[in-house]
Amino acid sequence: MNAPVMSATVTSSWLDHLVVLPIVLPIAAAGAMFLMDERRRTLKAAVSLVTVLVMLAVAILLLGRVGEAPEVYRLGNWAAPYGIVLVADRLSALMLALAGTLGLAALIFSFARWGQAGPRFHGLFLLLLMGVNGAFLTGDVFNLFVFFEVMLAASYGLVLHGSGETRIRAGLGYIAVNLVASLFFLVGVSLIYGTMGTLNMADLARRLASPPAEIALFEAGCAVLGIAFLIKCSAWPLGFWLPTTYSAASAPAAAILAILSKVGIYVVLRLSLLLFGAGSAQGFGQSWILATGLATIAFGTLGILAARELTRAAGYGVMISSGTVLAALGTGNQGALSGALYYLLGSTFAAAALFLLAEILQRGRDPADAAQPVFADEYRDPFDDAGSTEIGRAIPAAVAIVGGGFLLCTLMLAGIPPLSGFVGKLAMFTGLASGTMTTSAWGLIAALTLSSLFTLIPLVRLGIFSLWVPHDDPPPVLRAPELAALALLLTACIALAVWGGPALSYTEATVRWLSQPSDYVRAVLDGAAAPGAGS
Amino acid sequence: MEIVLAAGIGVFAASGVWLMLRPRTFQVVLGLSLLSYAVNLFIFSMGRLTVGAPPVLGKGAEVVSVDDPVPQALVLTALVIGFALTALFLVVLLAARGVTGNDHVDGREPHHAEPTPENPHP
Repeated sequence: MNAPVMSATVTSSWLDHLVVLPIVLPIAAAGAMFLMDERRRTLKAAVSLVTVLVMLAVAILLLGRVGEAPEVYRLGNWAAPYGIVLVADRLSALMLALAGTLGLAALIFSFARWGQAGPRFHGLFLLLLMGVNGAFLTGDVFNLFVFFEVMLAASYGLVLHGSGETRIRAGLGYIAVNLVASLFFLVGVSLIYGTMGTLNMADLARRLASPPAEIALFEAGCAVLGIAFLIKCSAWPLGFWLPTTYSAASAPAAAILAILSKVGIYVVLRLSLLLFGAGSAQGFGQSWILATGLATIAFGTLGILAARELTRAAGYGVMISSGTVLAALGTGNQGALSGALYYLLGSTFAAAALFLLAEILQRGRDPADAAQPVFADEYRDPFDDAGSTEIGRAIPAAVAIVGGGFLLCTLMLAGIPPLSGFVGKLAMFTGLASGTMTTSAWGLIAALTLSSLFTLIPLVRLGIFSLWVPHDDPPPVLRAPELAALALLLTACIALAVWGGPALSYTEATVRWLSQPSDYVRAVLDGAAAPGAGS
Repeated sequence: MEIVLAAGIGVFAASGVWLMLRPRTFQVVLGLSLLSYAVNLFIFSMGRLTVGAPPVLGKGAEVVSVDDPVPQALVLTALVIGFALTALFLVVLLAARGVTGNDHVDGREPHHAEPTPENPHP
């Protein structure tokens, strides 16, 4: 990652380099992690915490700065389309903030136990965040592949974190599926390069204004690329790996993995609106995305109904939220897409919180869930040491807090008033109703309504079983970091509902911006005084 | 030349897919490797096939045809990443073999029912 030429820093503000920070910071910190001794846990935790906090602060700063025009950052000061650019627009900034919040919550949660359950947790965690942030920021399709691979390589490590037979078996399937997805990605990228001669997203959109010679081959390339992303966002029928993997992963890993499927959603959104929003390939694949989205909602709903464990239910919740955004994108309705983006934020927070809650509720009940050693010399069982070395004290009234948190998550995922899950669905309905009511619009409304009902039933059932049914197990113990992580996620859910107006107007502006691909193209390719240019 | 390369990619991909769908983890690794060879050759061929054409022009060079250097750079990146991830997959495979005690992708052998007098061909 080349730093831009710094010769003219006198005239350029340090804020111009803000865009590259979400990538540089975590990779630098992760590099430092691998050099530190495995036993210096407090130091590692502190460095990770500071890094993630700064990342979140940068994301929030960017949210405010990209309102008018996107920030285009030329790596190595090479102009697009020859060099690679990072582009922070409204959508990127929103996703960065989502990743930062989730990352912070998962990291804080891991301080209680899971950060110590195996070697190199913090390094892998930061590398994953670096890959996610890079995928949100990059403006080049092949660079996107590289960030995807960084993110996936780190996620393989995190899925296996804590080890044990369940995780290794789930990890084996997860890695195989994603290796095949990466091959699809490469085939798609090379077809696009072979037909268009460029991989810069903005340049692709500009060249598509006039029909290319081999449009059919180009569209085939985009379809193959789309398969790779749909595997990542676990769309039906490509997403069978998700519930198994996420429910096998340790709680903080599962919580941060919830952002991974959102990366797939983000790329589908970005590329389909940029390349197929206008120009010679307008509307390509839209009906497929709609059908896939509806099928994903249906499959996720059936899965959540059948789920017998909370973690699996949360995994299917992630699938439903992916399907919702895909279907909303497929209807081509701006209001629905804006509502879906808003729903995406809330449902991701809620699903991550549900993964964390499930771990608190189920710990100790299932011995296979506990960590098991792979490398005996580096291993400490996080469930062995009773209290002495754990960070934080047990919080009183744990059952009440866990129960309340569970209720909030259920309301969010099922989309029931008064929380933002409902607001998001309502916004989608209003958006759909304001347009012409086509069959697809009715289909989406029906799917969302039914999925609300069928999400509520199993979550209530699982909640009653975990919280109210008397059993011999000791009541759940809640540590201070776990409480802080849960509080952060649930506060984010509530804040989304309280400040629903500003949040929705932000997503509406985002969708308006995304549906004007020519503005994006102009900002990237013609940006005269682009930040990072050093002048 | 094109037909030979296309046939080669096809054979690699077909063998890779077949091996990847086999039940043993080692076969899956080999299948993934073959598939990634096919994909790497495919990326390479997307720069169009040329013979003896330089990818980078020197000063004052007079060349009629130039090879596209971008797919070569892409394939290099893809190769490195693919190699590293295959190595990682091998480690997980060995861990799975150690933990589950067999090399079936499901972690357990498929259940074979014993023939009984009532059901001689299970």
